[in-house]
Amino acid sequence: MKPRVAMFAFTCCEGCGLAVIECENELLDVLNLIDLVEWREGLSEKAEEYDIALVEGSISTHADEKKIKEIREKAKVLVAIGACATTGGLNALKNRYGMHEVKQMVYGKAGEQFDTIPARPLRAVVPVDLELHGCPIDRTEFLRVVRDVALGKTPKLPDYPLCVECKKKENVCVFFRGMTCMGPVVRAGCGAICPTFGDGCEGCRGLVSNPNENAHKETLAEHGLTVTEVLQHFDMFNSYTEDHLA
Amino acid sequence: MKDVKINVHDITRVEGHGNIVLDVQAGEIKELKLEISESPRFYEAFLLGRKWYEAAHITCRICGICSIGHTSASLQAMENALGVEISEQTLLLRKLAFAGETLQSHYLHAFYLVAPDLLGVPSVLPLVKTHPDVVKMALRLKRLANDICCTVAGRHIHPCAMKVKAFPKVPKAEDLLALKQRLLDSVPDLHSTVDLLKTLQLPAFEREMEFVALHHPDEYALYRGAVIRSTVNGDTPIPDYKQQVREKVVPHSHAKHVSSATGPYMVGALARFNINYDQLRPESKEVAEALGLQPVCYNPYMNTIAQVVECVECTLDGVEFIDRLVDMGLHDEDMTVEVKAGRGVGASDVPRGTLFHEYAVDDEGTIVDCNLIIPTGQNLNNIEHDMHALVPQIMDKTEEEIALHLEMLVRAYDPCISCATHLLKVEFV
Ligand code: SF4
Ligand code: SF4
Ligand code: SF4
Repeated sequence: MKPRVAMFAFTCCEGCGLAVIECENELLDVLNLIDLVEWREGLSEKAEEYDIALVEGSISTHADEKKIKEIREKAKVLVAIGACATTGGLNALKNRYGMHEVKQMVYGKAGEQFDTIPARPLRAVVPVDLELHGCPIDRTEFLRVVRDVALGKTPKLPDYPLCVECKKKENVCVFFRGMTCMGPVVRAGCGAICPTFGDGCEGCRGLVSNPNENAHKETLAEHGLTVTEVLQHFDMFNSYTEDHLA
Repeated sequence: MKDVKINVHDITRVEGHGNIVLDVQAGEIKELKLEISESPRFYEAFLLGRKWYEAAHITCRICGICSIGHTSASLQAMENALGVEISEQTLLLRKLAFAGETLQSHYLHAFYLVAPDLLGVPSVLPLVKTHPDVVKMALRLKRLANDICCTVAGRHIHPCAMKVKAFPKVPKAEDLLALKQRLLDSVPDLHSTVDLLKTLQLPAFEREMEFVALHHPDEYALYRGAVIRSTVNGDTPIPDYKQQVREKVVPHSHAKHVSSATGPYMVGALARFNINYDQLRPESKEVAEALGLQPVCYNPYMNTIAQVVECVECTLDGVEFIDRLVDMGLHDEDMTVEVKAGRGVGASDVPRGTLFHEYAVDDEGTIVDCNLIIPTGQNLNNIEHDMHALVPQIMDKTEEEIALHLEMLVRAYDPCISCATHLLKVEFV
């Protein structure tokens, strides 16, 4: 039997779900491997049962929290897709403020009615079986993982820095063009798409394990950035820490 | 006189989370609303204190579908704040990426979100078996649209190469010419789409309403406009957008509701079509006529048809932009920006309607104030007014049919609910 796959979105831009659907050339093949049973953004079908849940978005309300726990109970395999779900992504930038302050800022007095809690990655709330990184996820990597999972293999994800992929593409390092890049400490897997298109890496895939963080900060400093700017580069997608829950 | 109780929780085939609530007692509407339940993300909390060059990369993440649209409005706002001028090449490349995104968004809406209703199926999935040619055509058209974005900007969802002032990497002429050929080759698919739509019946419903879109004297306004044009309230300069767009927070919605000086209004493809019809190409006008769409059209369900007309326009625009870029000769450009304090507004007519970004930066280029007005936020109020006008006309139908009509109405607007919940309104003291 084909595995039944359901896609769910929490607090996010729904871009990772969309990235799945943008695999236009391969979509019909993927649908031969899996049974897509629920995806609110694109289908009206709803499923009581599923094997694999692909979940994008951060947990940022009490309602989100309740729902992800239900999904965890039903799914045999829970896959977090995209930075919002794996690291908290951009959403965690709001955690710098008190939740009361944040509501006031956006909605003024009327803001008090809204349910909002510090944004968290899925694994801060429920156990997660697999994490696909990126903002958005990379289509090619996604397709490889789907094939592996459908065939019962454990997918291998890179744990080496982006610079490796970037050098393979023979890109001119953006530091030579006076820009900055997080490539030396960021986990590869996107094909170094940003440097390939002339832009510095902002670290949306998170850090490699045991990153040489200091060396990287030095490099940034060498290129004339202030500490605040260095930290800002560092925290665009990676600002979430457990202290936010205190 | 009958009772109707409808609660469509998490409307499907729309972007983001919303619910429709309808309570009719003895033939009288007691409650009717479009609830927005999407979790707010608090974008201003992300933006404040960040640098000028980060704004586009942060705000594009408001929405996966209209990522290039947000990028376009954001870049124009920041360039206005910093007093940066862009070259003809940058303008054309941005317009080309924008056309690519408009195409992908409209195809997604027409084929995946709306067509299933018209063909009586719950989604595009059953169509893989029953209408394989239509599905393959939809995939082909969407792939082309996305490839335009990928070639120009690196990717469609969250473009890498769209930056303040210029593109850090300029595409190769040969890659653009390959896209041009594929655009020309897609014209027969567009005609098949039109033929398919001719056989399908959209609900007949009209309500006289105000339409708002950007207008530009030289072009059918999409990437940029010269003024904001309203069919009721006339022209407003873009920096004065708050005169046209008046926001308020309503209890049942995580998105603010918007009115003009006179009431609710509609933005999006139908509004653009009604306002800027004269500037469409003859080929686009022909398709409009074939599909029974003429200005001024007051049937919001026809928004999908207006989107298909725009697909013709954007396809031919794409060909023209590529010709002009290749003729001019593509070249690398200087990216240096002189940072200074300022405030700027940028506007684009993105697939779902007019989008405004406004930023203020200090003399170090740090963002100190920001405001974003999202198309769906402007449409929500209008959708509720439509629903109030529609329900009495369809009261004799079953609850299921009424719910379907209301869902189809919401879907016709192609709402982007995650976007709408990020309306920003920050007044700093
Ligand atoms: S990770 Fe990025 S692309 Fe994916 S849902 Fe979150 S904001 Fe969107
Ligand atoms: S551009 Fe970035 S990823 Fe590429 S080599 Fe330089 S630092 Fe590494
Ligand atoms: S290059 Fe960096 S910012 Fe760009 S997609 Fe890869 S990890 Fe993310």
